[in-house]
Amino acid sequence: MTEFTPISSALGGILIGLSAFGGFLLFGRVIGMSGMMAKVLGHDLGKSAWRAFFFLGLIGIPWILSITISPPHDAQPFNPLALILGGFLVGYGTRLGSGCTSGHAICGISRLSKRSIVATCTFMVSAVVTVFVTRHIFGVMQ
Amino acid sequence: MIQIISLLLGSLFGGGLYLAGMTNPKKVLNFMDIMGNWDPSLIFVMAGAIPVAVIGYRLMLCRAVPIIFNSIQIPSIAAVDARLVIGSLIFGVGWGISGLCPGPAFATVLIQPQVTAVYLVALIAGSLAYKQFHR
Repeated sequence: MTEFTPISSALGGILIGLSAFGGFLLFGRVIGMSGMMAKVLGHDLGKSAWRAFFFLGLIGIPWILSITISPPHDAQPFNPLALILGGFLVGYGTRLGSGCTSGHAICGISRLSKRSIVATCTFMVSAVVTVFVTRHIFGVMQ
Repeated sequence: MIQIISLLLGSLFGGGLYLAGMTNPKKVLNFMDIMGNWDPSLIFVMAGAIPVAVIGYRLMLCRAVPIIFNSIQIPSIAAVDARLVIGSLIFGVGWGISGLCPGPAFATVLIQPQVTAVYLVALIAGSLAYKQFHR
C-alpha cells in the first residue's frame, strides 16, 4: 500500500510542468528524458553540455531534498532481474517509440500531438497489463 | 547562461518528481495496479503538469524564436507508425516490471542506488542497443 497523495502529487506535477514550460519557451524544445539521455550518450557531448547540466539538477535536487526537508520513502528490496529487464526494455522501447513519460505524456499531450497521445495510451495500457500479469497472475509482488 | 537555466529546469523536474512521489517505484506500480491497491496519485501529477506545460507551449508558438536558443526544435512528424506503437508497448512493459521510467531513475540514483543503479545501467544498455540495431 502507498498513501494517496493528491496535493503533493499535484504540486510536484506543477513543478514538472514548469520545467516543461521553460523547455518550450526558453529553449524551444521538448523536455524528454529518454531523448536527452540518448543525446548525452551520443558523440556530440560538446553540443549536449547544457543537457548534462539538466541531469545534474535532476539528480542533485532530489538528493538534497531527501537529506534536508523530507526523508525518502523506505527503499524496499527489488528483484534485480526486474530492474535489469525493466531498464533494458525501457531503454530500447523509448528509443523505438521516440519518447517516454516526459516527452510523450507531458510535453506531447500538451502540444496535442497525435503521436504522443497514441504513445501515452499505448504505454499506459501495456504497463497496467504488465502489472496485472505480474501481480495478479504470477503473484510477484514488487 | 544556458547551462545555469538548464540546471534550474533539471532541478524543477527532479524536485517535482520527488514531491510528486514518482521517485517511489512502489507508488508508480500501485498507480498501474488498478485491480489491486490502486493509488491514483499519479493522475494528479499529470493534471498539475500538463496545464502549465500547455501555457509554455502556447507562449512559445507566439514567438518567432525561443528566448534562449535561436530556433524552435519540436518534432514535426505527424504519422502514427508501427515503431511508435511497438516502442511504446515495450516501454510500458519495462515500466510495469520496474516501476521506473527514465526521469525518476536519474532522480533517485543518489537516494536509492541499490534500486536504481542497476536499472540505469540496463537503461543505457537498452538505449545503446537500439542505436546498434537501427543505424
